[in-house]
This record gives sequence, C-alpha cells and structure tokens, in this order.
Amino acid sequence: MTLFKAFSAIVRRDLVLAMRRRSEIANPVLFFILVITLFPLGIGAQPKLLQAIAPGIIWVSALLATMLSLDSLFRSDFDDGSLEQILLSPYPTSVLVLGKITAHWLTTGLPLILIAPLLAIFLGLPNQSLSILLLTLLLGTPVLSLIGAVGVALTVGLRRGGMILSLLVLPLYVPVLIFAGNAVALASGGLPVTAQISILTSMLLLALVLAPWPTAAALKMSMNS
Amino acid sequence: MWLIPDPVVRFFHRMASPPHFYAFTERLMPWLTAVFVLLLGCGLYGGLILAPPDYQQGDSYRIIYIHVPAAWMSLFIYVVMAVTGAIGLIWRIKLAEIVMISSASIGAGFTFIALVTGSLWGKPMWGAWWVWDARLTSELILLFLYLGVIGLYGAIDDKRMASRAVAILALVGVVNIPIIHYSVEWWNTLHQGPTVTKLDKPSIHVTMLVPLLLMALAFKVYYLIAMIQHARVELLQRERNSQWVKNIAAGSAK
Repeated sequence: MTLFKAFSAIVRRDLVLAMRRRSEIANPVLFFILVITLFPLGIGAQPKLLQAIAPGIIWVSALLATMLSLDSLFRSDFDDGSLEQILLSPYPTSVLVLGKITAHWLTTGLPLILIAPLLAIFLGLPNQSLSILLLTLLLGTPVLSLIGAVGVALTVGLRRGGMILSLLVLPLYVPVLIFAGNAVALASGGLPVTAQISILTSMLLLALVLAPWPTAAALKMSMNS
Repeated sequence: MWLIPDPVVRFFHRMASPPHFYAFTERLMPWLTAVFVLLLGCGLYGGLILAPPDYQQGDSYRIIYIHVPAAWMSLFIYVVMAVTGAIGLIWRIKLAEIVMISSASIGAGFTFIALVTGSLWGKPMWGAWWVWDARLTSELILLFLYLGVIGLYGAIDDKRMASRAVAILALVGVVNIPIIHYSVEWWNTLHQGPTVTKLDKPSIHVTMLVPLLLMALAFKVYYLIAMIQHARVELLQRERNSQWVKNIAAGSAK
C-alpha cells in the first residue's frame, strides 16, 4: 500500500464514519446560522450597520463554529483506541493526521462555505463581495482546521479540554481573521483584494506543510499518558 | 562539537544535573542580586534624574524605562521558552523543561506590565486608556499565548507530560508570533515606530538611551533571579523522592 493509499483510506474511513452520524455534520452549521441570527437581534437591524459589520460577523462565527467542531477530530478515535492503531501503523503519522484533518474539513468546513451565501443575504452583504467571501472561507477554514488540530492533539487526553482548547487556539487564529475579514470588507467597497488573497493562500500552504508535524508529536505525547 | 571549548561543554553537562544546579544557583544568587540592584539603581537614577525631559512629551515619557524593557522581556522570554522547550523535547533534559515552565509565569508578568504601563502612557499621549493599536494588540495576544501555556501546564497532571505538551505549544507559538505581529501591525498602527533598534542611527538621544539599556539589563538579571528561584522550587517538588533532596531536607531540619 502506498503512502497516498494510506492517506485516502483514512479520509474515506472518516467520511464514512461522519455519514453514519449526520447530526454531527449539521451541528456546526446550525451553530453558525444561529450565531449570525443573534447579531441583528442584539445590535438592531439597521441595514447600513449590518452591512458594515457583516464580514467580521461571518468570519468570527465561522471561527467559533470551527473551534466547537474541533473536539470531534480525534475524540472518538482516542476513546475507542483506533488512534493508537493509527500511530502504530508503518506510515508517517503526520500524513495520516493530515488525512484526518482533510476529512474533518470536508465534513465541517465545507458545509460552512455552502451555507455562507444565505447568511451573506441575511446581513445584506453586497453581491460583488460574495465571491470574495466564499474564496476567503475556502482558503481560511482549512487553516483553522490545521491549526486547531495541534490544539486538539495537545488536549485530547484531558477530561475537560474544552476551555483550554479555546485559549490555545483562538490567539493563533488572529492572522486569518484579520486578512479574511479585511478582504471581504474591501471587496464590498469595490476595492482590489489580491494582496489579502495571496497572503491567505500562503498561510494555507504554510499551515499545510507545518501543522501536521506538531500535531503528530502532540498525539504521540497524549497517547503516552 | 569542536566549535565549543571543552570547559563550556563540561559546565553545561554539570548544570544539567539537578543537585549540581541546585547547589550552584544557591551560590550564584547573592551575586545576581548585587548586580541587579546596581543596574537598577544606575538605570533608575539615569532615567529619572539625569536624562532630560522630552521636548514633546515632557516628563511622562520616563515610563519607557519600565515599559520598553518589559515589552522586550515579554518577547525574549517566549523565545527562551521555545528554545529550552526544543532542548527538552530533543534531548529530554529535565532541567530545560523546568527552565521553560518557570519562565512562563514571569513572561506573562512582564507582558502584563508592558500592557499596563502602555495603557498608562497612552492616556496622556493618545487620550485613551486603550486603543486598538497594533503593538498593544499583539502584546495582548502574546499575553493570551502565555496564559494558554500556563493553563495547559496546569491542566495535565503528569508534569513531565505537561512539559512536553507545553514545549510543543511554545514551538508552535514561536512560529506564529511573527505572523501575528506583522498581520496586526498591518491591520492598524498608531504606535510610534521603533526608536532603538532602527538599523541606522537610533532616533533616541544617548542620555536617554544609556539608562534604557541599563534598565533592560537589570530586567534581564531580574528575570534570571526570578526564574532560578522558581526553577529551584519546581526542582525540589519534582525530585522530592530522590536522595539529594532528602539530604537537603534533613540538613535544614537540624
């Protein structure tokens, strides 16, 4: 079995597992929609105001939704012992971990992107920025999953890892939030956003290359406890 | 390892042994304290009395003698944590782990001091206690990173395991700090530019610069003192079942 086959086997297995538990896919999306619905209720429904803060709201909610879904990344595998088998396999752990992250993104990040146009309409985001919003989500949410994986791997062995996970992961999400929110805000004003998109792309590539290593190291550490 | 002279190698080998570290730092402490008091005295005298008032900010600029060294230390200590964390991860040196974890709370303290003095300085200069200025914001995020490290260490019961987790986190953080810093800088900037580390001539007068550097050195020595004290306590706690700690306990009981 080649390395790529091992990678795709992990992805396929996790997708099948996710399809057997569809409610877990729906949860982050519902959370995403709910949080965005709360903002107009909390600050009033003036269209101008909502339009101005829409990029920030959508991105902050996407960030929180991703963070809440992170716990499911390694939890069930850790509990039933399959994580140990993955670590024992002859293939590099970082590649297998990347497979798990890919499957996780497909089941939690991708639904957020699919539902985002609806939320953009809710908040009155101008049409010309919709494509940029989708593009930033497409580039940004994988980074969130990759960085988040390090945090989850560090806390998976803990009984109450939830609070500590947000403390570990949220500060590292800041650059993505800044550039993605800024790109969408500029695009609603009709300005060019090539620089922001390039930076987001480079963040994605950097995270793709670097994040699996500490995740694998942290998983090995968590399994030893 | 022919690059490093032999006595230096031997020194580090011996320092990695807990009993030797404990005894050595006990003898070192009075000297460090003396150097610290001397540097602090000279730095404060030079900064508060000898240095002239600023032509724009008057006397209120003098807070830089606390604010700037604390901000430097906050970054420096994080790098120390990452380096000692890497040493602990690779060579499994217990003492490197202890130095790393002892640095965390001191680094968080310096970050907090830099934030508070920055906000005190910002009130007369910018007219607000808190502005979402780039450097203040990245300092705040740095504080969160420190709190994450401390929280993670506290959450894991097995302390050797906790040290390894913290080391991984510190390494991830040290890669991210420049990215966070530059993205926040790009996001919004109001803070004055760097005045000391500019590559050409520093735009700060030498009568103001010398006390600042003295204070920076004093802060470094203070960090060493605080870190060593913390590390000694941590060491005694972790090694409480070993013979040399029992010998010390028996000696002090007499």
